[in-house]
Amino acid sequence: MHLELDSVTVPAILHGLTLHAGEGEIVGLVGPNGSGKSTTLRCAYRALRPATGTVLLGGDELESLHPKESARRLAALTQESSVTHDFTVTEIVAMGRIPHQKPFARETGEDERHCAEALRTVRAEHLATRGFQTLSGGERQRVLIARALAQRPRVLVLDEPTNHLDVRHQLEVLDTVRAAGVTVLLALHDLNLAAHYCDRLYVLRSGALAASGTPAEVLRPELIAEIFGVRADLVDHPRTGTPQLLYSTIEENP
Amino acid sequence: MRYRTCAIALFLIPALVISVVCGTTFGAASLSFGDVLHILAGETFGGSLPNSLAGADNIVMQTRLPRTLLAAVVGAGLSVVGVAIQAVVRNPLADPFVLGISSGASVGAAAVSIFGLLAGLGLYALSTAAFLGALLASAIVYLVARTRHGLTPLRLVLCGTALAYGFSAITTLIVFRAPSADAARDVLFWLMGSLAGANWGSLPIAAIAVLLGSGYLWLCGRGLNALAMGDETAATLGVPAGRLRVRLFVVCALLTGVLVAVSGAIGFVGLMLPHLVRMVTGADHRKVLAIAPLAGACFLIWVDVASRTLAAPEELPLGVLTAVLGVPSFLLLLRRRSYQFGGQ
Repeated sequence: MHLELDSVTVPAILHGLTLHAGEGEIVGLVGPNGSGKSTTLRCAYRALRPATGTVLLGGDELESLHPKESARRLAALTQESSVTHDFTVTEIVAMGRIPHQKPFARETGEDERHCAEALRTVRAEHLATRGFQTLSGGERQRVLIARALAQRPRVLVLDEPTNHLDVRHQLEVLDTVRAAGVTVLLALHDLNLAAHYCDRLYVLRSGALAASGTPAEVLRPELIAEIFGVRADLVDHPRTGTPQLLYSTIEENP
Repeated sequence: MRYRTCAIALFLIPALVISVVCGTTFGAASLSFGDVLHILAGETFGGSLPNSLAGADNIVMQTRLPRTLLAAVVGAGLSVVGVAIQAVVRNPLADPFVLGISSGASVGAAAVSIFGLLAGLGLYALSTAAFLGALLASAIVYLVARTRHGLTPLRLVLCGTALAYGFSAITTLIVFRAPSADAARDVLFWLMGSLAGANWGSLPIAAIAVLLGSGYLWLCGRGLNALAMGDETAATLGVPAGRLRVRLFVVCALLTGVLVAVSGAIGFVGLMLPHLVRMVTGADHRKVLAIAPLAGACFLIWVDVASRTLAAPEELPLGVLTAVLGVPSFLLLLRRRSYQFGGQ
């Protein structure tokens, strides 16, 4: 399912941003802190209504869809990680089924199947009966991703999904996301992970588009120096061949 | 887990019936279980009662039964509102009175008791004034706390708390200006909560309010779960947090207003019962909201029994007893269970 942002403006943050994620594509948003990545995603997952411009989800204007209908099409992982009350992992994942349920109806077998499968996908079945509050940062992130997957979305929007994760879990989480086979729009700080996992990248600067294209097209040392103010040397990954960056500060290396 | 919730409910329903019978039996004038059952059966099924039971019949039907039933209704209502409010403001320390509603009601009640406002309404003057005070307070909290995106937890708590201080100051001023010490004592008693005003007139209103309110909140159970994840995540689950919070606020404010009008500000039930229930059922609001009203009803019936019997013929304020009974059991459970109160 396609996700399109067309000239989206949020006063003082985004200035007419246009981007597009096609069916099954993994699209990364990169850019310095405060460049508008999270705000862009918030417009996409409907936590923020753009002042002007439109968000199209599967060809329909997001605002015209019932909140439950858009939640059946699109799931998101936000930056919020605090959960009040002692929910168990199973209960958290089951919340992913809310958009599919009527208020009166009980959980169906189908709901339970999707939840179990989502937990399996993130390799967290063994956590099912644990309290969410007792989990480590990495376990929490995987459970929250399972919750998003249990929603059975056609589009996934992820805001810094690798935050607080160790190297192995960063790779595992992004492998899981890629294996889900849905359209993905995600914000990433790590340009090398972005280069490895994304089909296309959008580079944001001060709420506007600075560059876009495949990782090889976008991650050029001149652009990195201009956007991030660091010197970057480009090397090819010896195993995968994807472009990878080695950083040094501009001052140290005149 | 679903079966466990059913099992708890199946235990609590008979416990509630037994509690009602006990609550009707125990009191300043001693009655026997047999007599009470006889009277209840007679009144329910229309049988005739022997003359020897006429006095007891009067006590049961005019005083004890409405009072015990009101205790059940108020206990159920406070527990349910407590559960909902804790989710609405995302704060485990919240209770039905955190929104300043009871303080507003207190101003109304104090004004009636001491200045004799609304005297034309007779018996209902106090309740009406308390309810109007509660509505006024909630309206102010709502108007101040709302933003373009609906109500946010922190603004609600801050507005409610600030307003509570303001209203308490007004209540204190009114009590301070009371013409007699008796009037001041009456107000104080009402502020600590009392079911002494129970009658068949106000009982159905309170019962219907609690029934409708609990039902509505139960239907919002999944939405309440989503609110616990944070407003943005709730939005991604198709639950618009701001708008849901407004609806929940209105229901909680009305329900609290009714409860405070019939029973004063009975503290601690709405704070503690939700946690006690969650320790047993887990955090899922559909389970908590199924069990909380039953548990709250049983709890307040027994608190009321204690308030009538411990210092008979004097009556102890309910707020004192909810604390005396509640705090130790709460601390005990705290020690025993790995319950986290929604924190780390």
